[in-house]
Amino acid sequence: MSLKSRREGFSLRDYLLFSLATLATALLCACAGSVPVAPGEALRAMASALFGTAQAGDPTQTIIMGLRLPRVLASGLVGASLSLCGAAMQGLLRNPLADGSTLGVASGASLGAVMAIAFGITIPGLPQLGVMGMAMLAAFASLALILALAWRMDASLATNTIILVGVIFSMFANAVISLAVAFSGPRLRTVTFWTMGSLSSSGYQDALTLLVALAACGAVLLLSGRELNAFAVGEDNARSVGVNVRGVKLRVMVAVSVLIGVCVSIGGTIGFVGLVTPHMARLIVGPNHRRLLPAVVFSGAIFLMLTDLAARTILSPVELPLGVVTSLIGAVLFVVIFMRTRRVR
Amino acid sequence: MLDVKGLSVTLGGQQIVHPLDFTIRAGDWMMLIGPNGAGKSTLLNALAQGLSYKGSVNFDGQDVRRMKARERARRLALLSQRHGVGYAFTAEEVIRLGRYAQTGFLRGESGEDERRVQEAARLCGLENILHQSVLTLSGGELQRVFLAQVFAQDPRLLLLDEPANHLDLPFQHQIFELIEAWLRTPGRAVISVVHDLSLARRYGRTALLMDRGRVAAQGEAGTVLGREALRVVYGMDVHAWMQELLRGWEDK
Repeated sequence: MSLKSRREGFSLRDYLLFSLATLATALLCACAGSVPVAPGEALRAMASALFGTAQAGDPTQTIIMGLRLPRVLASGLVGASLSLCGAAMQGLLRNPLADGSTLGVASGASLGAVMAIAFGITIPGLPQLGVMGMAMLAAFASLALILALAWRMDASLATNTIILVGVIFSMFANAVISLAVAFSGPRLRTVTFWTMGSLSSSGYQDALTLLVALAACGAVLLLSGRELNAFAVGEDNARSVGVNVRGVKLRVMVAVSVLIGVCVSIGGTIGFVGLVTPHMARLIVGPNHRRLLPAVVFSGAIFLMLTDLAARTILSPVELPLGVVTSLIGAVLFVVIFMRTRRVR
Repeated sequence: MLDVKGLSVTLGGQQIVHPLDFTIRAGDWMMLIGPNGAGKSTLLNALAQGLSYKGSVNFDGQDVRRMKARERARRLALLSQRHGVGYAFTAEEVIRLGRYAQTGFLRGESGEDERRVQEAARLCGLENILHQSVLTLSGGELQRVFLAQVFAQDPRLLLLDEPANHLDLPFQHQIFELIEAWLRTPGRAVISVVHDLSLARRYGRTALLMDRGRVAAQGEAGTVLGREALRVVYGMDVHAWMQELLRGWEDK
């Protein structure tokens, strides 16, 4: 009997399998590119960097450690974070179309980041934190605003209403971003960075920031699997079985906003990631969040690392913005899921 | 067991439920009856703390509003009539959610929880569809899954919103029999919204008749469902109509 009850969670074997797949993908992405590197060579370069025996001027060393690894790490961590956020919001709102980009949270975060730069909001000594903090705050404010608006229009929070409000909010936020860019001129990076994300310039510092955020917020979300199951079945039902509905909602919203804020301030808006991976992971491990959330962390990392690989190799030497590729995949899937949810009703 | 004093609900500036009082004792099955829009479901949702209300709801002398969510769920549970499950959870997973209040932040389900889940499933005749997705179940099966969930939850007071709505006759009968059997264990009580007045009469021990947010009559079910009270609230001679319906069933 006790064996049976443990079955709902993610077993040690599952963790091992998924981590293995993630590491293998990371290695593949570090090796492949305009200059292919053999896996053994790549591992050797990483090992020598780790033990401080690297020789300056070794080209393999520069390619792997200097160029590819930070980018692979950043894309894996952003993929894991955005996917986890998507899965959590889809459970919380009982809405398979919810994602940072479809709900307008990512655009809100971009707006916050752009405002921080345009008005020069910084925290002394920690220049990056001003942008990041604003992105987080704006993400939370947008999420709260979108949900409040959607709730006022339709208290049952129907799938379509939330998405509609999210898309409209997204357009509005992007318009304000363009406006801010037009007025502030050279101080801002190009507007496309905030509307179409890319991880081509991320470094180890970014990867570390992402890792810390994912560890902290990921823990909060992964430990809320049972509560998210209850929400996914229905909010009234969640209340009846004893879930602290308000507390959990707030907890999940804060964790999601912080994660999206960090991701956006580092990589801009990389849309639909949180839509694609939970959907695929559900096909493999089912809808139970106690399995889905851990599965989504790994598969999200795998998905975005591979997508980033495709973005930089498919039309090589031309590099596609990562957000363009994810949106191409995501928009198609959005339509597929939307059609299916309509058929059910 | 449950003591309700001066409870009223206002939604969007409109008073849906006017101040009312009632008491539920162990063993009671109180039927909330009245025409559409009388405020029955609103009252039930307020009792389940799904809506804000004025007045007090005390469970064994404790204010329900101040209870922690898990604490409250060990005392009362709501079976609502709308189940819009959005994902392909198995019936077993939905039933298992009923044990949530017994788990903790880091404490998962125990063998005892699992035993309760299986027992509730067996009671509701769901053994064969436990591993089926709830999206593939019929309305009757889905309602029994949620009934099994509240049984697994093991509260002392059950709040039911039209438990047999839209169900075929055999399921309707089965669900009411299951609830009546559940109620036989001492220390338990049921409040249910029921549209079918025949069912209210057959299973209710007490009743609360509502009319546009106010109490029209309350007390023993037989008295509340009396000819005059129903005529005033429903605007028709309910008794005569029920008897006429019944005559259609007489063997010729």
